[in-house]
Amino acid sequence: MTTNDEAIEIKNALKVYKGDTDVYALNDVSLMIKKNEFFTLLGPSGCGKTTLLRLIAGFEHPTSGTILLNKEDISLLPPNKRPVNTVFQNYALFPHMTVGGNIAFGLEMLGWSKSEVASAVDEMLELVKMQDLKNRRPAEISGGQQQRVALARALAPKPQVLLLDEPLSALDLKLRKQMQIELKRLQSETGITFVFVTHDQEEALTMSDRIAVMNEGKILQYGNPRDIYHHPENKFVANFIGDSNFLLADIQNGNAVLTDGTELKLSKENKQVSNGQKSILIRPEHVQMSKAKGSKKAFEGKISNIVYFGTDTHFHLELKTGDDFTIRKQNTPNEGTDFEIGAVVELTIDENAIQILND
Amino acid sequence: MARSSLFNRPFEIKRIPSFQSIALFTFVGLYGPIIILITYSFNSSASLGVFESFSFQWYITAWENEKVQEAAFRSLYLAATAATIATIAATMAALATTRTKKFRGMTLIFVIINQPLMIPEIVTAVALLVFFAMIKIATGYTGMLYLIIAHTAFCIPFAYLPIRARLESMDLTLETAGADLYATPWKTFQRITLPMIWPGIIAGYMLAFVISLDDVVISEFVKSAGQETLPTYMLGQLRRFITPETNAIATVNIAVSVILVSGFFLLTQRKK
Amino acid sequence: MTMNSNLSSSESAKKAAEVERLSQKKDVRNRWLLSLPALAIIFFAAAGPLLIVILYSFLTPGDYTGVIWTFTTETWISVVLERDFFDETLGWADAHLSIFWRSIRLSLITTILTAIFGIPTAYFIATRSPKSRNIWLFLITIPFWSNLLVRTYAIQELIRNKGVINNFLQWIGLTNEPIEMMFTDFAVGFGMTYVYLPLMVLPVYASIEKLDFKLVEGAYDLYASRWQCLRRIIVPLVRPGLIAGSILVFIPCLGAYVTPQILGGGNQLMFGNLIALQFGQGKNWPLGAALSLTLMVIVMIALVYFVKVSSGENKKNG
Repeated sequence: MTTNDEAIEIKNALKVYKGDTDVYALNDVSLMIKKNEFFTLLGPSGCGKTTLLRLIAGFEHPTSGTILLNKEDISLLPPNKRPVNTVFQNYALFPHMTVGGNIAFGLEMLGWSKSEVASAVDEMLELVKMQDLKNRRPAEISGGQQQRVALARALAPKPQVLLLDEPLSALDLKLRKQMQIELKRLQSETGITFVFVTHDQEEALTMSDRIAVMNEGKILQYGNPRDIYHHPENKFVANFIGDSNFLLADIQNGNAVLTDGTELKLSKENKQVSNGQKSILIRPEHVQMSKAKGSKKAFEGKISNIVYFGTDTHFHLELKTGDDFTIRKQNTPNEGTDFEIGAVVELTIDENAIQILND
Repeated sequence: MARSSLFNRPFEIKRIPSFQSIALFTFVGLYGPIIILITYSFNSSASLGVFESFSFQWYITAWENEKVQEAAFRSLYLAATAATIATIAATMAALATTRTKKFRGMTLIFVIINQPLMIPEIVTAVALLVFFAMIKIATGYTGMLYLIIAHTAFCIPFAYLPIRARLESMDLTLETAGADLYATPWKTFQRITLPMIWPGIIAGYMLAFVISLDDVVISEFVKSAGQETLPTYMLGQLRRFITPETNAIATVNIAVSVILVSGFFLLTQRKK
Repeated sequence: MTMNSNLSSSESAKKAAEVERLSQKKDVRNRWLLSLPALAIIFFAAAGPLLIVILYSFLTPGDYTGVIWTFTTETWISVVLERDFFDETLGWADAHLSIFWRSIRLSLITTILTAIFGIPTAYFIATRSPKSRNIWLFLITIPFWSNLLVRTYAIQELIRNKGVINNFLQWIGLTNEPIEMMFTDFAVGFGMTYVYLPLMVLPVYASIEKLDFKLVEGAYDLYASRWQCLRRIIVPLVRPGLIAGSILVFIPCLGAYVTPQILGGGNQLMFGNLIALQFGQGKNWPLGAALSLTLMVIVMIALVYFVKVSSGENKKNG
């Protein structure tokens, strides 16, 4: 850790909720978030991502471990003393104040003068394109507009880090796509570090500079979206992000031998993996399909079902090993249905498309 | 039921035969006696039996009756004081007992606060009679404080309930958001919590006020000589002789309740 | 990582745990402090004096009023038993027992009557459109918050000898003499039904309002008749509200004072009036105290019974 540009560093954070059985909401989490990056915490509900966010915001304090902001220990600082703001999942707009009043609130609390507050509010309204609705109440504007107000309110005090707790989950699909782009724009315009919590893998992949995948209070893997997608380290990450085929294989000198004896070649970097039983991952879209030529050593399967999806078609196969296997093929206007249910097909896989998992 | 063609009507899922007639009968039964009472308060005749002609004379008689005036003002003063203290105490208690995971003694607090609702009023009344008699002998003080504190005590649960309900329906993240936006706990309370629960506090105050204004039993046993409230004055009248003046007082009493309950209703029905 | 940073991180962890523990402790303490004014007032002017009542029930009645500070259990015996004036033998205190019995009987009858009128009324309100529902509900709430004394007085105006009903009956020539209705059990039962009816309607309404009418549709879909649907679907689902309503009516009835006082007069005493009597003309404070505690015990038994009925019901449904 030599970089000088870290915004937040979390060291061995532990959060235990005492009860009949203690719940480890965060179990020894360490993490570094860089300045000006769009960082995403991704995981299923109850994985600890929101707890981690609340720890950074100061709504809760770690049972043990430290949280550093700009190398300064803020673990025990109350939320009103941290230069960190939150966009809440339900926006938490104050219903008894106007849009303008909501945006001004944080600045007033910081003791800004009236004229400073007024000009900052206008600036923020302009940033989120809400100038016309300044005097409306939260109940009088739409969900998407409330979202923008919540963003403006949290950005107005110019925090060092902006925390976003599943802010798009209440919006419908179309609006959500729009807001994803909007969020990216705001992030690059303001240059503020964004820490974004979501359970939506697609959202995480499209928006983030880096992603941390969490489950059961632990960070399973973190890195840029490409790495996470193409080189997941374990079954959970592979399964959570994208569709997956898992096969059991015996690793022997750079080859993966399936249970029926079929040999699949491995890439160079995988060659170092020690011999033994492992799970391998193959993404459905990384497999080519052709009519079986009947060669003995070929990787073959029988089509058991075909499902049409518009942009692509999913072929469900039964392999010789007995495993189910899915292939995704992009549809083109010229292509008909070359393959029919019951047909036996040969599968070709690029050696880079095979990923050996750790569990 | 005037409608005879029962079988020609389309089948209504929610309809249960005769329920509607019983319900309407109940409403007539509930309001009939009150309406008769009000009607006779405008009767010019001193006889309660026959309605002669419309007149305000009994209202004037009641207003000019010094005892009634004195009792009415005492009742209002008592209700205002007791409701104010009760609402403040209840607001604090509601803040203390909501929106937290259960802590040691929380159930105990809840039980004590609601205790006046669970004990028959007559039992509390005689207990206070006995207790205050001891204090009166010991201190010699026979002022209004006894009535005020007794009323405050049984008003607290009535003020507590709507405030608590309001607090519980309030989104906790709003205060979290306040803290996130650099507000100190006190500022958060002042700028966010208090304005949000204000309708609940007003509703609680109004309930407490009505409850205090209507109380007969506890006042009857706690009051010292010469401390008639309007209800205890009326109770005394009913025991001896009834004049249409009593109807006039009762009508005003109902009117006050209607106004306060309407206010309460508007406050609690308004979208939260 | 060096030793040093390891040490400091474990120290800071300890500090964090300590701070959290202390802040939780402080939070609980603050919550108690906030509740204190309310608790103190209620303890001083509602809960605390009950303890003195317990004490008083074991003291000897004073000659004029108040008590003499000598311990006796005689009062408690006299709650249900009566010492013969001449030969000192014990017999049932018929006067007390008949009043207990009248209180329980009238309270039960009142509860049943309020249910008979209250359930259809609550159902009627709950099946109106949301807008008019609020108006009907408002109409039920108004009498509920109007002065109990005034409402009892309204009933008195109706049923007394020169009251509205008798005047009307004589006017149409049905009777020549007024029908005596005041100062009877009928008057007390009628009056209590009238004043406590809203207490039945409101909780029953709350249950019916929550009732999912898709379940009723489901019952009809599965060939239930109207009666079967009411008995097998609606009533079981509305039972919690019915039980709550019964508690709210039965318990104040047991301790009622104003209504029996006005409509029952000196002869048709109920529990509350018997207690009050001991502090007035009876001049027997210890007996009044013992009777108060007896009433509280009966109320508690009734409460426990109702709660048991409702929790048994929950188990069956859950």
